[in-house]
Parts: sequence; structure tokens; C-alpha cells
Amino acid sequence: MQSRERMNKRATNAVALTVIWMAAIATVAALGTILVYVFVNGIGQITPSFIFTWPHGVNMEGGIWPTIQATVYVTGLSMLITTPIAVLAAVYLAEYAVQGRLVSTIRFAADSLASVPSIVMGLFGLAAFVEGMGMRLSVLAAALALSFLLLPIIVRTTEEAIRAVPKYIRWGSYGLGASKWQTVSRIVLPSAMPRITTGVILAAGRAMGETAVVIYTMGTMINGPVSPLDPGRTMPVHLMLMAQEGINMPGAYGTALLLVLLVLGFNLTARYIGRRNRRMQG
Amino acid sequence: MSDSRDPRTGEPIPEMCADPKSAENSPRPPARQALMTISKATYFKEAALKNLFLVCACVAVAGVALIFLFVGLEGWPIFAKVGVFNFLGGLKWYPTKQFFGILTLIVNSMLAMIGALAIGGPLAVGTAVFLSEVASPRMREIVRPAVELLAGIPSVVYGFFGLVMLRPIVAHVFGGLGFGLFTVWLILAVMIVPTIATLTEDALRSVPDGIREASYAMGATKWQTIWRVLLPAAKIGIIDAIILGMGRAIGETMAVVMVAGNARVIPDGIFKPFLTLTTVIVLDMPYAAGDHRTALFGVAIVLFIISMLFVAAIRVISRFGKEMS
Repeated sequence: MQSRERMNKRATNAVALTVIWMAAIATVAALGTILVYVFVNGIGQITPSFIFTWPHGVNMEGGIWPTIQATVYVTGLSMLITTPIAVLAAVYLAEYAVQGRLVSTIRFAADSLASVPSIVMGLFGLAAFVEGMGMRLSVLAAALALSFLLLPIIVRTTEEAIRAVPKYIRWGSYGLGASKWQTVSRIVLPSAMPRITTGVILAAGRAMGETAVVIYTMGTMINGPVSPLDPGRTMPVHLMLMAQEGINMPGAYGTALLLVLLVLGFNLTARYIGRRNRRMQG
Repeated sequence: MSDSRDPRTGEPIPEMCADPKSAENSPRPPARQALMTISKATYFKEAALKNLFLVCACVAVAGVALIFLFVGLEGWPIFAKVGVFNFLGGLKWYPTKQFFGILTLIVNSMLAMIGALAIGGPLAVGTAVFLSEVASPRMREIVRPAVELLAGIPSVVYGFFGLVMLRPIVAHVFGGLGFGLFTVWLILAVMIVPTIATLTEDALRSVPDGIREASYAMGATKWQTIWRVLLPAAKIGIIDAIILGMGRAIGETMAVVMVAGNARVIPDGIFKPFLTLTTVIVLDMPYAAGDHRTALFGVAIVLFIISMLFVAAIRVISRFGKEMS
């Protein structure tokens, strides 16, 4: 009797662990399928002329250079706007804030901002920046709208990075007579820098792939933007329009692969920085 | 938070130590006192910087307020015009004929979310349990980056993948065009895995090792420990993770629009095309004008409120969990 129970217990354990293994395998397989599919179908498209020339004709033959330019432009600009604000906000939350109503309001707002659907953020950008402030469809309007999307992401990763800095390092600094700001700027932030950088890079990857926000704030005009007030079409928007209209599927595959490669590159860079840092510290 | 703060004042202890005498019977925060003894200029500089950081932190609050203000101003007239109940409870969405009912869209969004959760939830929790309890360090080095990369793939690429690969397969196996709830479920399920898995893994990891050891010492198998001990212990965190996943599924736009088929009805089967709260905005926005456009902003208000409700629910549940323990 008892041995049968033990057998049951063992069998259940084996079955359950197999199911857990299968869940993990399915997750990895999902990623693998997507990557392999996009890679196999897109790799033939990626040539220098695809990357560096302009599209032409009704079917958008040729390259996608202006969309790459627009993507990099809007991502860079939004990171420039967001990063300083987000890092300083995280410094406040991690180093200065006293638990209370104000801080809990700030946290609730940051959480809400993080969960706003990107399509809502797009319409917000349209109403606030494009029309409300008269920026028209422009890189600047898109960068501002994206900033609200990125802000909570960078705040969270930076706050975690700052909190991970050991306390005794701060005590050492205070012990030498340093002020709060001196401690934060010279001791805490430099120690937290690799992890902050990781978070910022991941956020940039997120900004790059964002479609719903930029389509309402930058428009869909193929145009290599130069001034921040120029409109433009980013790679994700280009991919969506080509796929939906079905006009140039090879171009769509190529754009998808390039987009995935960019995001992958950002992720791997972030991981590399994180890992190098871990090795240096221990 | 257990860091270097004095429980009474919340100020960092090291600064208080700089001048303990004045700290004792002064109404002022001791840190300020300590800084005053350094120099007035330093004190003002420190205070100014602190306030600057506070302003930066408040940008998040301003952001939420601005979204409410701008989207609300654009969308509010539709509630005033057709009435809140007709807008939220109307079954017909034919904006060109002045029918602005979004109940169909709400139901469809819920259907998409529930199916995605039914598939993606177990997948994500299973992956998280694998990462935190089952995997060898080596396996973890493979699976965790995979989960992170899934989070990094742009939603438009998911949609494109669904459109060009998944849709033909679904069409081949089940008939029809392959557009519809089922395809959307599969895509959304994969998209919410990283959200749920990461947070569930965090929740499992925060369960102290002693509890695991106690369970093994009682003769429990690994699975019994996971099912009877660890998952209940991490319950609150897992519920939070699932709610966040629900928010992600409801708000997802670009992936859904490419595989949903976009017919304006409640679908009468899981292989029939349908339209959701998010996809209607993408489809109608290019040509919408007047009341139609206002109604789309009204839909955005509804989406915004739903996402805020999810966040509020997480806070309530977390607080409840803290009180329980």
C-alpha cells in the first residue's frame, strides 16, 4: 500500500516535471521558429543596395534607407529626451524619496504609464503634440510621445540598478564628509552605470520596434527626415504597410529581418555589458 | 525597504550621524541640520538638486494627467452625444451611419485576451517554474535569454510572422482563411509569455530557500514542493504577473490587426474574423472624421481606463497580500 503510494508520487512527479520541461521547450521553440522563419525568408533580401538605397515605384522596389534613417533618428531623439529625466527620477525614488503619499502616487503613475496601450499613446501624441502643440507629423512629436512610453521602463531599471549598489559604499562616502549629491553623482551612479546602460539600451530596442505610437505622430510618408520637424516612415511602419497591402513581400521579409537583427543586436549588447560588469565585480 | 534610512525621519542615517546632538531635540530633519553646518551654499545646492529630481519623478504623474486630458478632451464629446450607456452597451459599430456602440469590440477584446491567457498563462508559469526550480544553470542560460528576446521582438514582427506563416497553417488545418480568434490567441499567447514568466520567476525566487528545504525534508517530491508549497507561497506575485499579461493582451494592436481579419461582428466561431478595441482605431483612423474620429478617441479612453484598472487591481492585491502575511 505504502509502496504504491510512493510509486504514484514518483510517477506524478515525473509527469509533472516533463510538462514543465515541455513548457520551457515550447517557449524556446516559439522564439526559434520566429527567428529562423524571418531569417530564412529575409536573408536573401539583405544587400547593400537594399539597406542604402531609396524605395521607388508603386511597389516600393529597391531599398529602405529612408525608413532606417527615420527609425534611428526618432529612437535617438526620444532616448536623448527620456534618459536624463528618467535617470534623475530614479535617483529621486531610490535615494531621496521618503515613503508617503507623493511617492506612492508617483509609483502608481509610472506603473500606469508603463501599461498604457501603445495605440492610446499614439492617439495621445496625435492630440497633444501633432495637433495640440502644432508640431504636425514630425520626428519631434513621435520622439516626445515615445518618451512617455520609455520613461517608466528606464525609471524602473535605473532604480533597480541604484538599489543594487551596496550600502557600505555610500557610508564610506558619507564618512569622508561627502554630501548627498556628491555621493550620488560620484559614487552611486558610476557604480550603477553598467546596469543603467543595459536598461537604456533595452529601452532603445523597444523604441525602435514601436509602431502604433509613431504611425500617428510621424505619419507614413517615405522621407529621410533631417530636421526634427520633418515627417517620416519608420521601419516597423514600413513593414506593416507593405505586409498589409501585400505589395512587396520580399521587401517586407527583408525589413522584418533587419528589424529583428537590430533588436537582437541591442539585446546582445545589453547582455554583454551586463555580463562584463558581473565579471569585473566578482 | 531596508536601507540606510532612519525609521523616524526617513533621512539617511549617515548624515544624521554627522551631527547627533542637534538631531535629538530639533523639529528640523537632522540631515538638513547636518548640511547647514557645512555651508549655506552647499545646503541650497543640495536642496535645489533634490527638488529637481522630484520634478523629474513627477513627469510620470504629469504624463498620466496629460494623456487623460488630451485623449479625454478629444473623446469626451462622444460620451456626451450618444450617452455613456449607448456607447459602452451598443452592439452596432457603424460610425458612418451614426451607430457608435462598442460592446462588440469590448467583448471581442475580452475573448482575445481570455484565449491568449488560457494558452500563454500555463506556458509562461511553466517556463518560470522551469527557470527557477527545475533547470540546471546551463539550461537556464539558454531559456532565460530566449524569454528576454521574446520580450524584445517588436509587435509588428509578431503580426507579420502570424500573417505570413501561422495564418496559412491555420487555414490549411482548420479551413477558412486563417484569420480569426484562434490565430490571434496563438500570437498573443507567445507575446505575453515573457511578461508573465519574468514576474512569476521573480515571485518564485523570493520564496525563501528554507521553505523548500522544509518541504523536501518532509519527503515531498520536487513536484509536490512546487505545487503545494512554492506556487501557493508565490500566489500574489503570480496573480500580479497574470494581470499584467492581461493588460498586454488587451492593449496589443499591431500584431492583432494583421491576423484578426477585422470583420465588425462578434465572431460566431474561433476561425472567423473579428475586430477589437485596439484594431478598430488602426483601421478607422486613416479616414475617420467628425463624430467617428471622436468615437475612436472615446475607444482610447476606454482602453486607457481598462489598463489603469489592471494596475489598480495589482496594487490592491499586493497590499492585500502584504496584510495577509
